[in-house]
Amino acid sequence: MKPRLTLGPVQYFWDADTKRDFYARIADEAPVDTVYLGENVCSKRQPFFDQHIEEVAERLTRGGKRVVHSGLAEVMLKRERKSCADMAEQDMLEIEVNNAAGLFHLPEGKPHRVGPYMNAYGEETIAWMVSKGATHVTVPTELPGSSVEVLAKSAAELGIGLEVQVFGRACLATSARCYHARAYGRTKDNCQFVCEEHADGMELNTRDGQSFLRVNGIQTLSHSYVNLFAEVPAMAAMGVTDLRLMPQETDMVEVARIFDDIRDGRIEMAAAEARFETLNFAAPLSNGFWHGEAGHRRITAKAAALA
Amino acid sequence: MITGDVVGELVCPAGTPASLRTAVDAGADSIYCGFQNATNARNFPGLNFTPRELAGAVDYAHQRGSNVLLALNSYPPAGKFDLWREAADLGAELDVDAYIVADMGVARYISEKHPDRRLHLSVQAAAASPDAINYYVREFGVKRIVLPRILTIPEIHEIKAEIDCEIETFIFGNHGLMVEGRCSLTNYATGLSTNMDGVCSPAHLVEYVKDSEGNMSTQLGGYTIDRFGPQESAGYPTICKGRYCNEVQPDGYYAFEEPISLNLSKLLPDLMEAGVTAFKIEGRQRSRAYVRKVVSAFRAAVDDVRAGRDPKLADLVALTEGQKQTEGAFKTKKWR
Repeated sequence: MKPRLTLGPVQYFWDADTKRDFYARIADEAPVDTVYLGENVCSKRQPFFDQHIEEVAERLTRGGKRVVHSGLAEVMLKRERKSCADMAEQDMLEIEVNNAAGLFHLPEGKPHRVGPYMNAYGEETIAWMVSKGATHVTVPTELPGSSVEVLAKSAAELGIGLEVQVFGRACLATSARCYHARAYGRTKDNCQFVCEEHADGMELNTRDGQSFLRVNGIQTLSHSYVNLFAEVPAMAAMGVTDLRLMPQETDMVEVARIFDDIRDGRIEMAAAEARFETLNFAAPLSNGFWHGEAGHRRITAKAAALA
Repeated sequence: MITGDVVGELVCPAGTPASLRTAVDAGADSIYCGFQNATNARNFPGLNFTPRELAGAVDYAHQRGSNVLLALNSYPPAGKFDLWREAADLGAELDVDAYIVADMGVARYISEKHPDRRLHLSVQAAAASPDAINYYVREFGVKRIVLPRILTIPEIHEIKAEIDCEIETFIFGNHGLMVEGRCSLTNYATGLSTNMDGVCSPAHLVEYVKDSEGNMSTQLGGYTIDRFGPQESAGYPTICKGRYCNEVQPDGYYAFEEPISLNLSKLLPDLMEAGVTAFKIEGRQRSRAYVRKVVSAFRAAVDDVRAGRDPKLADLVALTEGQKQTEGAFKTKKWR
């Protein structure tokens, strides 16, 4: 079966106008089936875009996209708890839960999606989640393909969607501390939204000059862009139902078009790779997690064999 | 047996049977440990217990009135659940007093198969709000939550008022900065996962590389985690304790946290006041000598607090990472 393409939530702090323009173009031009809206990373950012979610959701819906409201990964403060409770109780949009606090507030049996922060690593875990109303699960980015294959079978038996991130920086860690503020000698409470300076994350290079990580507020991301384009045929064969593209500061419409051509079998892998190269990404590509190797690695031989 | 009525239960680490006996003899109320495989978050070579060793350890502890808590706090990836199931069943057979779990599938299995045993929610589950905690209490009957090291004492007090289970907090040892159970940094650099393999910064992938001028790079999986001048002493490379560079801090800085240990010995009375039932000492990977010294010191301190005396605090700074200590988030939210 042909997998659907989804666009994950914007992880970075893009200003509201940038985001609205971004989603307008996605609505009109990107061949994605589903778009996740909402703030995963920092509750301080929420007021800026939350007021536009309804309008943007409508725009995307008119563009033929299914819209899912995705929630916070870290929940500790009162406003974060309230955000979870509000999301669980509204009926306007389908929701993706990313913290157990969100699960707590769900009315008994209410259908919901389980996000990549929920640590759905195994079949027993997703079976439990489905018993509580989960209809769709996105696996952790580090889960290797060998485990995804087992999960895809379970998901099919349970009748739920199974989603894998195939493009964009991998979220490697979250924290209570804001590392963006820390770099500037500030704390989370007086951050002055300095994370807005880095639309594709703030570099962290090693003292020997290697590009290593990116900081995005309380989140630590990989420097490399995960790109599992060559693995798409294998994923389709094992029954992965949805492929997630994470927004980066690049032409995401073209990224979606390349993946669309791959899932439809309209393009050879070499041609796909050439098109990615013309996008001049700010970082190298990686697929190590999928192959059970160090996440930063790019393993071309194995990917080619699968294709 | 754990009743939860003891305020100031001292929960101590044991990486080996000898450490467990040392901790019991030094006055630990409870000892936590794991099997020699991926089912726990400290799956290091030479560490942890065979089933036979755990049987002996449980006997030793029970005969002296101490409890054994079995850590099953990693996340079983698809296709490997049997290992966690077998560990859970074995724990019941060997009569452990509680399980420390993080994964919902593991929690569900134990709550259904071994409903009479206590479930404690590991810090690896990252439950940092009353709502998240209450979810695990409601769904799996969790009796105790091990809180992440990110909350102030007033916040702990507020959480206690809203939950129906005991609280355990870390009081000494490694000062983890990332949300536990949500960190793939080691896997990104090495291909071994903290959540699935129980590994953080594995020693066999660490290298110390010296240049011609005597500078030392400490590396993990080929990435330089820190670089030290000839006069500096090089620490162990843990990604979240490394120094990195960028346009804001071109000369290198501790982007996440410096090598420093948590030490809440001065805050014990405040923590008890806030409703904390159990105090956890980190360090299953540490030596017997370390266990003896730290457990004895905190045993005396807790007994002093209980008796209404000012606790006499042994100087533990020499035992801490980088010989530096902090009260971290517990003291002030400015830490965030």
